[in-house]
Amino acid sequence: MAAEALTGDTTTRRRRAIHPAEIAGTIVRYILLIGLALTFLLPFYWMASSAMKDDNQVFTVPPRWIPNPAYVGNFLSAWQVQDFNLFTFNTVVKYAIPSTIGTVLSSALVAYSFSRIRWPGRDLLFAICLATMMIPFQVRLVPLFIIFKDLDWINTYLPLVVPAFFGNAFFIFMLRQFFRSIPTELSEAAVIDGANEFQVLVRIILPLARPALTVVALFAFMDAWNDYLGPLIYINNEPEWTLALAIQRMGRAMTEVGASANAYPYLMAVSTIVTMPILLIFFFAQRSFIEGISLSGLKG
Amino acid sequence: MAVVSSRWPRLSRMQRHDLFYGVLFASPWLIGFVLWTVYPIISSLYYSFTRYDLLQPPQFIGLTNYINLTTDDDFFLVIQNTLWWVVLSSPIGVASAFLMAVLLNSRIIARSAFRAIFFFPSIVPIIVVSSVWAFVLNIQYGAINATLRALELPTIPFLSNPTVVKPTLLLIHMWMQGGAMVIFLATLQEVPRELYEAATMDGAGSWSRFWSITLPMCSPVILFNMVMAFIGGFQNFALPWLLTQGGPNRSTEFFAVFLYRNAFQYLRMGKASALAWILFIVIVIFTVMLFRSSARWVYYRSE
Repeated sequence: MAAEALTGDTTTRRRRAIHPAEIAGTIVRYILLIGLALTFLLPFYWMASSAMKDDNQVFTVPPRWIPNPAYVGNFLSAWQVQDFNLFTFNTVVKYAIPSTIGTVLSSALVAYSFSRIRWPGRDLLFAICLATMMIPFQVRLVPLFIIFKDLDWINTYLPLVVPAFFGNAFFIFMLRQFFRSIPTELSEAAVIDGANEFQVLVRIILPLARPALTVVALFAFMDAWNDYLGPLIYINNEPEWTLALAIQRMGRAMTEVGASANAYPYLMAVSTIVTMPILLIFFFAQRSFIEGISLSGLKG
Repeated sequence: MAVVSSRWPRLSRMQRHDLFYGVLFASPWLIGFVLWTVYPIISSLYYSFTRYDLLQPPQFIGLTNYINLTTDDDFFLVIQNTLWWVVLSSPIGVASAFLMAVLLNSRIIARSAFRAIFFFPSIVPIIVVSSVWAFVLNIQYGAINATLRALELPTIPFLSNPTVVKPTLLLIHMWMQGGAMVIFLATLQEVPRELYEAATMDGAGSWSRFWSITLPMCSPVILFNMVMAFIGGFQNFALPWLLTQGGPNRSTEFFAVFLYRNAFQYLRMGKASALAWILFIVIVIFTVMLFRSSARWVYYRSE
């Protein structure tokens, strides 16, 4: 049977491979793929190559595609145009890490309740939780700003970090899907051994859900690293800026009269550096990453 | 009988236990839902009936904010811009994501490399996206226009011409469809192979296999991505704000940009709240309409 299927398959494939339309299709497909890929990469190449030019090489017609000489030192000089170490510290230590911790802990706890404890009203509340993702953020923008202003939290990271400790609808959904796939026998056995719900979560579910928790943590970290709107609204004080706000200012200063030398290369250098962590995370966690995003569509 | 009566109290104790722990463990979200969603939504509605500049306490003015908008030329310009954007960017974005996924799903070498390249722009910080594109599209020395000038061809005013700038944003939007593309790719891989094999045996070509198998099997996810694209399209803020600041000549002044300006530049919190509620209602209506229409074009596999 298997051999028959196999030979049948190869003969059809061989027969099809001869078909000129099939060859033309393959060629068109690769032209499209390679053309698209080059177009997609162009801005990144332009960013990274411009980062190593000086003003003489940036302002040329035709454009100089390969920087010569390549000023690798630009990355260091650009980083000192503003206090980018401070802005990195703000972004990571004051924002990304605490909000990631809050998001993972609270979302895991809520997802456990929504998936592994049966209680009246659970499914309705979960549906509401999902529905909140449809609410445009603008509806909450003004009242939240007023709440945080009244709490005197403007120019601190509290408006960006504290809400993270109250669960994130998308991550609750992701973790719930994962928790549901863990056999109930495992937690039942633990309950018979006298474990309470909290112990079941910590000792059984969380260790098994490590891959899903990692994806949530990576997403949460990236959300904070990439966030622009949150810091724009709540952080005005320069020493408290995130990287995004500092880069914005760099871009605006460039178009002003009397912009400093090498403004374009420096902006591209900082942009390259800020993109690197995202590239690294993506490179090392590509599969779990793409699976995590695919999950959101499977219910559609 | 004895068994039943002795089991009931135990069961209800179990139920009480489950209810207690269920609510306890869900409490972060429940409390957050009230604090960061229910309360803000209700107070947003209240603020929309007030004049409020953050300095003085909100002053109730009834429907004035809404009535004023009906004679506000800026508002109608913003509506036009936003509708242009939503109506074009949603289907174009979803279609390009779908086509990329179909390309990736065909028999090709280095699939994961191509997938990574198509996906990556969607997770790059928006501040980097805007800085880099601003430079690539720069009228004098951007990669494209400097090349055109070297070839003595006319330059393209990507960001400086009011009629060119919206299509420019569309192009960048198509470049950022990685999320939707990956969702489509996962769906395409779920389509049972047997369907294609059966169709091939019945003599269906690749085109008719695409129309009668691929598209219907993906239609629920097309709907999902369309809904997300509509919701996102109405809220489009960061890219126009960073790349064009709503210009040139306010041609990229979209709803969310206008709302942000009113709230945080002019401190018109009441007007901004009214705008937010209009946006909310429009999004709900669009979403409901999309779901209603879906009965006619979405195919659900019965399992």
